[in-house]
Amino acid sequence: MYQYDAFDQRLVDERVAQFRDQTRRYLAGELSDDEFRPLRLQNGLYIQRHAPMLRIAIPYGHVSSKQMRMLAHIARTYDRGYGHFSTRQNIQYNWPTVESVPDILADLATVQMHAIQTSGNCIRNITTDQFAGVAPDEVIDPRPLAEILRQWSTFHPEFALLPRKFKISVSGTLHDRAVVQAHDIGLEFFRDDAGQVAARVWAGGGLGRTPILGSMIRGHLGWQHVLTYCEAILRVYNRFGRRDNAYKARIKILLKSLGAEEFARQVEAEWAHLKDGPNTLTQAEFDRVAKFFSPPAYRGLPATDAGFDAALASDPAFAAWVRRCVHPHRQPGYRAVTLSLKPTGTAPGDATDAQMDAVADLADHYSFGEIRVSHEQNLILADVELGQLHGLWQAAREHGLATPNIGLLTDIICCPGGDFCSLANAKSIPIAQAIQQTFDDLDYLHDIGELELNISGCMNACGHHHVGHIGILGVDKDGSEWYQITIGGKQGSDASLGTVIGPSFAAEEIPGVITRLIDVYVRERHADERFIDTVRRVGVAPFKAHVYAQRSEPEAAGV
Amino acid sequence: MSEATRIIVDGAIVHDDWTLLELPRVEEAERKQAGKVVLFRLTGEQTHSPEQLAGVAVPTGRVIVPLGVWLAQKDLLAPRVTAGEIGICIDTHELVEDLAAATGDINVFPLIAVRFERFPDGRGYSTATLLRTRYGFRGQLRAVGDVLRDQLFLMLRCGFDAFAVRADRDIEVALTGLRDFSEPYQAAVTPDQPLWRRHTRT
Repeated sequence: MYQYDAFDQRLVDERVAQFRDQTRRYLAGELSDDEFRPLRLQNGLYIQRHAPMLRIAIPYGHVSSKQMRMLAHIARTYDRGYGHFSTRQNIQYNWPTVESVPDILADLATVQMHAIQTSGNCIRNITTDQFAGVAPDEVIDPRPLAEILRQWSTFHPEFALLPRKFKISVSGTLHDRAVVQAHDIGLEFFRDDAGQVAARVWAGGGLGRTPILGSMIRGHLGWQHVLTYCEAILRVYNRFGRRDNAYKARIKILLKSLGAEEFARQVEAEWAHLKDGPNTLTQAEFDRVAKFFSPPAYRGLPATDAGFDAALASDPAFAAWVRRCVHPHRQPGYRAVTLSLKPTGTAPGDATDAQMDAVADLADHYSFGEIRVSHEQNLILADVELGQLHGLWQAAREHGLATPNIGLLTDIICCPGGDFCSLANAKSIPIAQAIQQTFDDLDYLHDIGELELNISGCMNACGHHHVGHIGILGVDKDGSEWYQITIGGKQGSDASLGTVIGPSFAAEEIPGVITRLIDVYVRERHADERFIDTVRRVGVAPFKAHVYAQRSEPEAAGV
Repeated sequence: MSEATRIIVDGAIVHDDWTLLELPRVEEAERKQAGKVVLFRLTGEQTHSPEQLAGVAVPTGRVIVPLGVWLAQKDLLAPRVTAGEIGICIDTHELVEDLAAATGDINVFPLIAVRFERFPDGRGYSTATLLRTRYGFRGQLRAVGDVLRDQLFLMLRCGFDAFAVRADRDIEVALTGLRDFSEPYQAAVTPDQPLWRRHTRT
C-alpha cells in the first residue's frame, strides 16, 4: 500500500494547521457561515440533522490495520463508538463536535490519513475495484494510477471551486466493479494491441437527481496522458458548466446539453494545448508509485488445501459463508474475503469501534495487515490463505462480521437517510432493517440468489438506488415519507438504470412489496436465472401487476 | 478607489496606483430556478447593452477598464493603451478568448484583473491560468472582487501576483494565506512542474 514520504506528510500536516486556523476564525466570528461552508466541506465536515458529520478519505478504499485502529480510536474518542463506511469507500462519523475536528484531523495525520476533498464542489476521493491487484479478471492494476490521480487532484488550484462535486473512478478489469459509467470521469484501463496500457475515457455519468450513464469520449488514451486529459475535461467543465442552478451543475448536464460529440471535441481542442505538458507522466514516476502496490510476500501454495476441503464438506454453515463471502484470487492457494457489514438489525455499512479493532487484528493475522472498503459498504481481506479460511471465519463470526449474505438481497447498499442526513426526504436505515428481518431465513435467501437491493433516502442517490436490481427511493409527499420502487437497474459493464414500477408506498408496506417482487421472480425464473436477468427477460409488467393487484390502498400516493 | 487603497503585489502590501472602473449595476430581472434566486451569470453572457458600454466615461490616469468597455471604446482608448495607462478587467462570466481575439498583443496591457463575483465561483482560476499559459500574459495579474484570505494560495498558483483583498478584511491577515502550503503536488502556473519533477521522491 502507498506510504507517505516527507512531502506527502508535510502537505497533510499543513492542511491540519490550515483547518485549525479556519475553525478558530469561524468560531471567533471572523468567518461567516457562507465563507466557512466551502472550507469545511473540503475537509469533509457537514452540519447535519443532529450534529456535524465528518467524512474521512479512504483513498481507493485501501486502509492498513494501523489506520483501522485509528478509525476505531476516533469512533471511541470523538463519536459514539461507531462509524459508517460509505458507498464511496470512505468512512463517516455522525457525532463529532465542530471544535474537535482539528484534533481528529491531527490524529489522522499521524497515520497518513486526512479528510481532504471528501465533500464540496471539488474532485473527490478516487474510487476503484475492491479486488484491485488480486482479481483473476484484472488486466491492469488500477491502484498506481489511482494514487497518482489522488496526488494530482489534491489541492489542484484551478479545480478547487467547480460548479459541483466531481467523482473519478478507475478500473482495470474485464468485468467492471468500479461503476465507471456512473462517474463524472471513469477511466477503464486495458492493454492495447501494441501491448501498451491505455484507458477508455467515460465522462458525464452520475446518479443523483438526473441519473445518466457516462459517454465514452475517447476510446484510447495512453496512460502517460491521464492527468493532462483529465485537466482538459475539468477545464471545459469549470468554464462552461452551469453555476446558476445547483441541480443542473454536474458535468453530465453540460455533456447532455452540448451532446457527447461536441463535448469531446471541446475537450480534445483543450487537450491539444495540454498534451505532453509537465503533468505528463513518466515511466519513472509510474514505477515509483507502482512499487508500493507490488504483491505481498505470498507463500508458494498448492491450488487446493485438504483441511479446507474437509471443513467445507463437514460444516454447512462454513460452506454457506464460503459460497457468499470468499472470492477467487489470482495467486494459487489464496482467496479474497468479504467481511459483511450487513447483519440483520444494524445500519448497513456501520461498524463499531470494537469491530474495527477486530478487523485490524484479523488483517494482521490473516491478510498482510491490509483491508479494503468496497462501494457496497463491506470490508475486504484481500490475501487470505485457503488453509486459514476456517479459522478466519470462526474469528469473524465472533465479531458479527461473517453474515453469509454478500451479493444477496440483505447485502443492502443504504445511505444514512433521514435518521442522520439533513438532505434526506425519508429514512432509509429502518427500511433496510425491516427488509433484512423479513428475509432473515438464510436458506430462502440463498434460494433467491444474487440480488442487489439499494436504498437512497433522497434523489441525491447516495445509496445508488438507480443501479440496484431493486431500488428504493425515499420521497417526500406532503411532509410524509413515501418510497418509490425501481427494478431492473444494474451496475457493471452492462449497466442499466432501473424502471419505476408505479406509485410509491408507505414505509410499512415495503417488506410486503419486496416479498411480492420476489414471488414473481420465483414464479417466472428459468433455472439459474438471477433476479435481474428475469426482469430483463420478462419486463416490468408482471412484477407491477402482482405488486399492485394486492395493494390494500391503491389510491395511496401518486408519485 | 482612494489613493490610500492597499493591495498585495508580489507578496508585499503596497499602495495601489490604479483605479478600478466599476460599471453601474444593471437592473437584472430576478431569475428563479427550483424556487431559488439565481445568483450566477452564465459564461459568455452579456450584462450591459452596447450603448451602455460605449457611453461609460473612462477617467484619466491609470485605469482598469471592464473588458466590455474597452471592446466598445477600443479606438478612443488606443492612445492611452499605447501610453500604458489602461488595464483590463475580465468579469467572472466573461471569456479570455474575447480579449485575446481583439488584440494582437495581450502584453500591451500592463495589468489584467479577473473579477471574482462570489468566491465559490472558480471560473476565474481557469481564466487566470489561460492568460498565463496560453496567451503568455506577463504583466500584473490581479484578483479583484470577493477576494479572501482562504483562496489566496489557490489564486497564487493560478498565476495571480496581485490581490485586491476585500475592503472589509484585514489585508495583513490575508497576506499569510499565500504561505498555506510549501510543496504542492501538481504542476500549475506556479510551480510549473509537478512535485515529482521538482524533487527526487522515494
